[in-house]
Amino acid sequence: MSVLLRTEGVHKSYGGVQALDGCTVEIGEGQVAGLIGPNGSGKTTLFNVITGYAKADVGEVYLGDRRITNIAPDKVFALGIGRTFQLTRIFASLTVMENMLVASKHGRASARKRAMEQLEFVGIAGHHAVPAGTLSYGQRKLLELAYVLVAEPAIVLLDEPAGGVNLTLVNHIADRIRELNAAGVTFLIVEHNMEFVMGLCDQVTVLDSGTVVAAGPPAIVRTDRRVLDAYLGEDPDAEDLEAAEEALEPRAGEDA
Amino acid sequence: MTRAQGLRAAGVVAVLAAAVVFPQVFTNPAVTNYGVFALIFVAVASAWNTFSGFSGYISLGHAVFFGSGAYAVGVAARDWHVGGVGVFGLMPLGAVVGALIAVPFGLVALRVRRHTFIVITIAVFFIFQLMAFNFSFTGGSSGLDAPFLSWNLQTFNNPFYYAALACAAGATALAWVIRRSRFGLQLRAIRDDEDRARGLGVHAMRVKLSAFVLSAAITGLVGGLWFYYIAQVEPSTGFDPLFDLFVVLMAFLGGLGTVAGPVLGALIIEPGQLYLTTVFTNAYLSEILLGVLFLAVVLFMPRGIIPTGAEWITKLRTRGRPAVAPGSGTTAAAAPAAAEEAKT
Repeated sequence: MSVLLRTEGVHKSYGGVQALDGCTVEIGEGQVAGLIGPNGSGKTTLFNVITGYAKADVGEVYLGDRRITNIAPDKVFALGIGRTFQLTRIFASLTVMENMLVASKHGRASARKRAMEQLEFVGIAGHHAVPAGTLSYGQRKLLELAYVLVAEPAIVLLDEPAGGVNLTLVNHIADRIRELNAAGVTFLIVEHNMEFVMGLCDQVTVLDSGTVVAAGPPAIVRTDRRVLDAYLGEDPDAEDLEAAEEALEPRAGEDA
Repeated sequence: MTRAQGLRAAGVVAVLAAAVVFPQVFTNPAVTNYGVFALIFVAVASAWNTFSGFSGYISLGHAVFFGSGAYAVGVAARDWHVGGVGVFGLMPLGAVVGALIAVPFGLVALRVRRHTFIVITIAVFFIFQLMAFNFSFTGGSSGLDAPFLSWNLQTFNNPFYYAALACAAGATALAWVIRRSRFGLQLRAIRDDEDRARGLGVHAMRVKLSAFVLSAAITGLVGGLWFYYIAQVEPSTGFDPLFDLFVVLMAFLGGLGTVAGPVLGALIIEPGQLYLTTVFTNAYLSEILLGVLFLAVVLFMPRGIIPTGAEWITKLRTRGRPAVAPGSGTTAAAAPAAAEEAKT
């Protein structure tokens, strides 16, 4: 499997805070990759550096063989990297359909047709004519996913897609990701919902203090001592470890 | 074409027809004078709204383009010895000068956002006013006089009226076209969340600058017409600090970011201001009253007449019905209707 997205030794600091400290991550083409870590570990900063919203102090970002370090967000998007945000960022005064058309590269008629297909795919086509600001939080998550997809990106970066939405919608989102992945879209997902990540991802990378502390298949990562340390601090007691392992374990029989 | 669209088109044709016959029906020059100024400000408010209303970047520096357009036509008429109707032919020069100034102005000012952008536009405005006072080619504090016109006083205003009508109709039509275009959609996306728009492939700087230059060109064009109509320009009138406040008030009153809003606002404010200035011997009283109106609009009708009116109509139409059919994923008439009507 070829590497689609790669960061090499990325450093990023905000004042005295080192958000990323030599972060190296590789995402293979066709993967659903997870990026986990405690709050403040640098996950969203890494997303921002990859998508051009923040400039890396040191280090490189590559899309395939192409160096994309510190290029503008519009150019990153044009190259095939779409992203969503932790707190949904939609165009509230535009209608749902207009939101979809902002990212479209197609002509007017075909853009509308494709946009409607994507809205049907995520399940909010019935709301296409309403102002996006009137959607519920979960519907906004779906809209954000849909309008990123309308430009047919090669890789989609999802920042907490399951955050703040109910279980039914979480499963709905997971199913959509699986279908898209089967159609060839690569995903990198930041998520605190371990059931969601462990049940969906082929590979999981764990960040702590801006550094990758573990990477590999979910089954291996969830038992990695460094991961447990990252979540619980060093020298956790047996009860804490058991609780953490349980949290990282997907529940049997559940989809996500 | 839907019934609503048909009614809207019929309304536009009726308003245009009324505007065309207006000077033939109301032949009193004092009345057509109101018409000329009202149409000049319809054009300027529409042009301003095409940039500021759609993008959310509130410019208080459009007087730079208006004054520069006026001076460009004035200087050209003086130095090239152009007179009579020939001066109307110089109006495009005002547009070119406005656009040329807007490029460096925009490249600097559009790097910042919100309040900082407003402050920069004000600063640039005062730089231009100072230049007009101090350069010799602008005539200094005396300004410039337009070539004398020996036209019949009874119909003197009519050529200016029709020129202003053409500018107003053109600016409004352009705003309508942009509002419905991909370019307009990108501008409105920038207004809602510029960083997000960039992340969806919108070349924000290019889009903002294009709108700024276009808006400046129309404002410069109309500035040239205004100069020829009032027959003179001075630094304090060409670069008037109250100009942008009036234009902003027009757009806010009618409906910021809508096509019809600035037109309605200009048609209310400009004749109103002229009337108040005529009625009250103290010129400042009209400005105080307009200031009060501005506060009232911001406090009680912040979205303006058109969006608020559309909302009331929608509420009346859909009284007792839910805005969105619960659980169905389909929508009732309310929300889409409000969204569509707010666009006009």
